[in-house]
Amino acid sequence: MATIGSFALALALGLSAYCFAMGLLALIFSKHPAAAALGETARRAGIAAFAAVLLASFVLVVSAFNDDFSVAYIQQHSNRDLPAAYKFAVLWSGQEGSLLFWSLLLSGYGFVLRLRYKTDQRLFAYASMIIASVQVFFLLIVNIAAKPFALVPGRIPPDGNGLNPLLQYPEMVIHPPMLYLGYVGFTIPFAFALGALIMHYPGEKWIHITRRWTMVTWCFLTIGVFLGAHWAYAVLGWGGYWGWDPVENASLMPWLTGTAFLHSVMMQEKRGMLKIWNMALVFSTFLLSMLGTFLTRSGVISSVHAFAQSSIGTWFIVFIALTTAVCVFFLVKNLSNLKSEHKLESLVSRESSFLFNNLLLLILCFTVLWGTFFPILSEWVQGHKVTVGPPFFNRVAVPVALLLMLLTAVGPLLAWRKTSIESLKRNFLFPTIGSIAVGLMMVLFGVRPWEDPSYFYAVMAAILSALVIFTIISEFVRGGRVIAGKSGMNIFAAMLHLCRRNTRRYGGYIVHFGVALVIIGLLGAAFNKEVEKEMGFGDKIQLGPYTLVCQSYTQDDNPNYGVESAMFNLFRNGRLVTTMYPERRFYKASGQPQTIPNIYPSFMQDFFLVNDVYVVYEGKNDTTGRPIIKAHLNPLVPWIWIGLVIMVFGTIVAMVPNTMPVTVTAPSPVREIAHVGAGD
Amino acid sequence: MKLSFLPISALKPISVLKPTTALKRLSALKPQSGDRIQPTAQAVGGRVERPSPGGAKETLSRSIAIRRLLHALIISAAVLLLMGADTDARFKDLGHRMMCTCGCGQVLLECNHVGCQSSDKMRNQLLAALDKGDNDDLILQGFVQDYGPTVIAAPTSTGFNKVAWIMPFVVLVLGFVLVSWIVRAWKNRPAPALADGITIPPGNELDELREKARKDTEQ
Repeated sequence: MATIGSFALALALGLSAYCFAMGLLALIFSKHPAAAALGETARRAGIAAFAAVLLASFVLVVSAFNDDFSVAYIQQHSNRDLPAAYKFAVLWSGQEGSLLFWSLLLSGYGFVLRLRYKTDQRLFAYASMIIASVQVFFLLIVNIAAKPFALVPGRIPPDGNGLNPLLQYPEMVIHPPMLYLGYVGFTIPFAFALGALIMHYPGEKWIHITRRWTMVTWCFLTIGVFLGAHWAYAVLGWGGYWGWDPVENASLMPWLTGTAFLHSVMMQEKRGMLKIWNMALVFSTFLLSMLGTFLTRSGVISSVHAFAQSSIGTWFIVFIALTTAVCVFFLVKNLSNLKSEHKLESLVSRESSFLFNNLLLLILCFTVLWGTFFPILSEWVQGHKVTVGPPFFNRVAVPVALLLMLLTAVGPLLAWRKTSIESLKRNFLFPTIGSIAVGLMMVLFGVRPWEDPSYFYAVMAAILSALVIFTIISEFVRGGRVIAGKSGMNIFAAMLHLCRRNTRRYGGYIVHFGVALVIIGLLGAAFNKEVEKEMGFGDKIQLGPYTLVCQSYTQDDNPNYGVESAMFNLFRNGRLVTTMYPERRFYKASGQPQTIPNIYPSFMQDFFLVNDVYVVYEGKNDTTGRPIIKAHLNPLVPWIWIGLVIMVFGTIVAMVPNTMPVTVTAPSPVREIAHVGAGD
Repeated sequence: MKLSFLPISALKPISVLKPTTALKRLSALKPQSGDRIQPTAQAVGGRVERPSPGGAKETLSRSIAIRRLLHALIISAAVLLLMGADTDARFKDLGHRMMCTCGCGQVLLECNHVGCQSSDKMRNQLLAALDKGDNDDLILQGFVQDYGPTVIAAPTSTGFNKVAWIMPFVVLVLGFVLVSWIVRAWKNRPAPALADGITIPPGNELDELREKARKDTEQ
């Protein structure tokens, strides 16, 4: 099997190299009579490369299912008693396999793109060639530096080392593929942007072509980042979901620049502005995805998420440097083709709000990048590393994020070109009053923002989230009323109709609504409570209005792991709410322990002010032999996950085509019919 | 060993454990034999009454000293109570400003490995330092000496580490200046030339048309 896998990878490399080289030749000598045929062979080679990588991936998964421990990768990341779902996840659980998975997804994206080449043959040919170049890079690594089919030297061990216990969790079967689909997917807009730049592509068609690709990719990355946070919350057992770990940061950076691109691209579509900026954002997003991959794999920065230190970091540095040089070269060469077509008419306009929105997103990205790399910089300058952990990021990033929330509330209500003061007053009166009322209620209920900076930020975040939510509601209601008034529909049907007529705009609002819920979930961290205690039968822990009473401890065993679990009754104000079963596992193959917290979201009891009761069975005290329980009360956390679902829903809505275009003729410097409102 | 420092609420207030220190502070407030006490004017019945010299002066100085002592006692008691109540908060605050050194990459108080040699030892060390009455800076310095500078969870505000804190805000300010400049430059850019026959209506009329277009598209 390993031989088939190795051969498939070598074949994929050859085909990708052919796709790149012949594709390039066909584009350079496009006037030559054989150019079209050569280009077609390149396209087909790209499609065949996908089949070869798919075969290699299939072979690796089959090897895992067959417990083929002659393959070093399988021996290191699997074992006989590993459940089937996790044997499938072996594909991306180690360095070599995950690089193969990268190649698979990239060639998969390339496959779809090459099948749809008739949309715009020349632009697609450029994009295909650029994707093939990235494919060659990854396939070179898996063929030379990180071989997934390398054989175990000497005697074949009877069993494998097993999968890292942290990865033996259902979300780990979904989280990495989502994240990788996001990382890899940004190669597509990158390829189209670079292709359009190289071929002096006129107009904004490349943006129209890549819009859905970018949104799909962004959606995958969003899901990946949040699933990662949820996995950390549900598995690591420390009661938190985001630790500003370098690898977490690496996934956040392309998300931030990708988000900036999704906003600024509208400026180019609507007003022909920010052309250079959009190119730079697409390039940065792709390069930051590469940087994230480099950080995870090079060992340059220590992280609990990172793969083992290896030499492939150098490969990535060379690739990132080369790509940057190519991007900068073509960007500078084509500056004259990227001039804005319109002037800015007013400071109070959608255009300037987008500029500031982009600025804040990039500042956040810079802060994360700066904090991630500062330890290395410090070592160069001072001779010793320093830690840049949560206190730094919380203190620096939170104020910027709050400013961004303010713009999220204000921006969508500003009109393109110019917004009148009357319209501002009309649009913001209700949301402003509502959000201030939320802040006052928090103070009335005992939150003292002047006592602690974390309370201050919590109150500000609540006010701004409320402002975002109220502005969105007012926009839906205002539009719904107009339609309801003219058509006789009820207001909800009218709002649905409104949404279908301009999916992009209202889908965007739904995404913003989800973001506001996420922020509400995050601000709850200021009010977290935790208690750690040795607990015998009948012992109690009091957490706010909740009481945990220890009922019993049990032990169990299965071929993969042994488990100790505790049983607690959870009471609220004396009434039994639920029974909780936190557990601690001991994985036999790897010899590593793992805590599995039990989490109870109290929607039934607290609804809007939902709490997570989070109980961890930490193990036994070595001295006394008594079980140690740590219980957290984490207010509002479930809103983070609900916010994610709404963000994904909003993205899907925004990708659905409008049921009817809204066209209005207006006298303006734009000489054709202006599609006003649609897609903003 | 994990629970040797828990529950946190069971901690005794530092200063309550050290009455001698508190007494020393109070004695410093008592008037000493060489101290000069300035007589103060007191308003009685709308007029200012000056204290008489001699015995009255001694009585007055004693009453002032007693009053000062009482003030000092009240203030000290309040401070002692506040310090005692603050110990939990200080433990949590300092514990969140340091990293566990076991390699887990977690903040000290969030390291949840049972039997983690590093975090257990460090938490006990932190409690001992708080118990001793050390201030926050001294405690952090002690940890840096024992575990190296990476034990602090964020760069300090000294030397080159200041750059870590300053840079994001410098970039933010520069970014705002740059964007403001771009906005201004775009606003001052000449309007694109129009084809023959197209006229732009004057200010109010154009605004009205835009408003109408906005309302129409909201339908």
